[in-house]
Amino acid sequence: MAEVMNRLDPKSRAAARGFSDLAIRNLFVVPTVAFLIVFNIFPLIYSLGYSFTDFRASSKEAANFVGLQNYRDLLADPFIWTNFTITAKYVIVSVTGQVLVGFGLALLLNRSFPFKGLVTTLLLLPMMLSMAVVGLFWKLLYDPNFGIINYALGLGNFEWLSDPGIALYAVALTDIWMWSPFVMLLSLAGLSAVPKHLYEAASIDRAGRFYVFFRITLPLVAPILLIAIIFRTMEAFKTFDLAFVMTSQPTTELISIRLYKMAFQEWQTGKSCALAYIVLIMVLTITNIYVKYLNKAKQR
Amino acid sequence: MATVTSYGQRLGNRVAVGMIILALIVFLAPIAWIGATAFKPRNLATTVPPTIFFAPEVSPFVKLFTKRVQLKPNEKVDYESAPWWERIVLDGGERISRTGRGEVQLSGYPSRFLNSLIVAITSTFLAVAMGTITAYGFSRFKVKGEADWLFFILSTRMLPPVVVAIPMFLMYRAVGLNDTHLGLIILYTAFNVSFAVWLMKGFIDEIPREYEEAALVDGYTRMEAFFKIVLPEAATGIAATAVFCFITAWNEYAFALIMTNRRAQTAPPFIPSQVGSGLPDWTVIASGTALFLLPVAIFTFLLRNHLLRGMSFGAIRK
Repeated sequence: MAEVMNRLDPKSRAAARGFSDLAIRNLFVVPTVAFLIVFNIFPLIYSLGYSFTDFRASSKEAANFVGLQNYRDLLADPFIWTNFTITAKYVIVSVTGQVLVGFGLALLLNRSFPFKGLVTTLLLLPMMLSMAVVGLFWKLLYDPNFGIINYALGLGNFEWLSDPGIALYAVALTDIWMWSPFVMLLSLAGLSAVPKHLYEAASIDRAGRFYVFFRITLPLVAPILLIAIIFRTMEAFKTFDLAFVMTSQPTTELISIRLYKMAFQEWQTGKSCALAYIVLIMVLTITNIYVKYLNKAKQR
Repeated sequence: MATVTSYGQRLGNRVAVGMIILALIVFLAPIAWIGATAFKPRNLATTVPPTIFFAPEVSPFVKLFTKRVQLKPNEKVDYESAPWWERIVLDGGERISRTGRGEVQLSGYPSRFLNSLIVAITSTFLAVAMGTITAYGFSRFKVKGEADWLFFILSTRMLPPVVVAIPMFLMYRAVGLNDTHLGLIILYTAFNVSFAVWLMKGFIDEIPREYEEAALVDGYTRMEAFFKIVLPEAATGIAATAVFCFITAWNEYAFALIMTNRRAQTAPPFIPSQVGSGLPDWTVIASGTALFLLPVAIFTFLLRNHLLRGMSFGAIRK
């Protein structure tokens, strides 16, 4: 980018008056970075230390060093792998649903119709709301007896949240409701950036609808859609609020919920720190991929 | 838009508009249901089939804000002289709880709502202030390893809250910051500052450097140029960033659940805690939820032109 070349030289004339540019840069940048190190990195170092101990925050006993025991136990624990499997299932179902619904909505909205701006904003509303508070209310919507969902769909007394086999998908459905608008928002931006002359050329060539969609629309929207997918994958992987508030089934115990229970209900602090590190490494891997694509999108 | 010509295209457009209306109904129904339940009498909230048309009442809001006790079988209460809002509760077989001096006792909700406001507003102010100056620093000056620092700043936001919460809980417990407003404010500021830096950097990058350079030539110091030229130019961006930070802090659940329990508890962990065992009063939950969602709904409309940018961390601009 050209912006680097335009930067003012810190030793410019202005530096002679007031604060020097170098001083201002440090004054502006260093405190924030220091703040983030103190409140984000230092705690992680702290918990790395605890992850090698059998520390329990609920007891007064001092922590004993146990080496890699916690990590060994966790990686050999079949229940933890169940939690990861549940999380993977949840991520796949909810992100797939969000992409299909969100992209579908974007295709629908990508035309002119009355009140377009208002309709778009209204559709975006769910993603701005608190997951915990709205998720809680979905318990009433899902209620087998007096829930409006069963009534509207004519499902009788269908058990959404109390059936262990269905509960995870019910939570994912709420997540799809909340976050499809996000995919829609990004897809709309991608769709509106597709040059119109491509469609005109295609219509002169009498190209079929499917051909136009798969050869023009989809390839051009793909980069922005990919950002939406990675972002949603990362967020779905971290999901805690929604599943925690809506159900307490063992089949909906996502890895964040397991981590919460291990740390704050069972008080296995040392072990939970180790699990937190395993999760952390997974998230950082996804984040790395995400940032790479963000930078690519910026350069376009 | 290409002009619609053929009959087939016109039909396609009609079908699309029909589907948009359907989508609108599906996506707004849950929110509308919250709003409707917030004004229902308790006995209509959980009926089979669900009640759609009803005479709205404010009783759920009266119940939301006050502490009530069940009327005992032989308890005599002066119904006639009670104020209207107290009569609402009396009809439901409850009376409003009073202190020895006859003052009406409030429920837990108003204080949680106030806590939410205090924590969200303070942390937003801090995060936006820090984010703006840091973004200016990154935007206008050479910073060694800039991309790496920006990645570091962003990655702190990407961590799952529970992962960060475990060590923070232990540290806060050691210094007595658990269940305090300050503790929560610091956490939310740390959480939002990374977002503010990324978003504000985009806004500041868009302000032409020539403005400041002209000011510097005119004898402004760099500081003056920042405050008098850059900040006013960035006002829209600052406002949008602030609203996003506010919404994030307002909606946050996991940290609040772990770090607070009474004194500094915010509304998101409090509202679900009302649904205990037994039959919850959904009208009260709905009224608390509706009141809690209202500011965010208003802000969403104010933000509508910046949503894309904010939700993509400033990467995608229109």
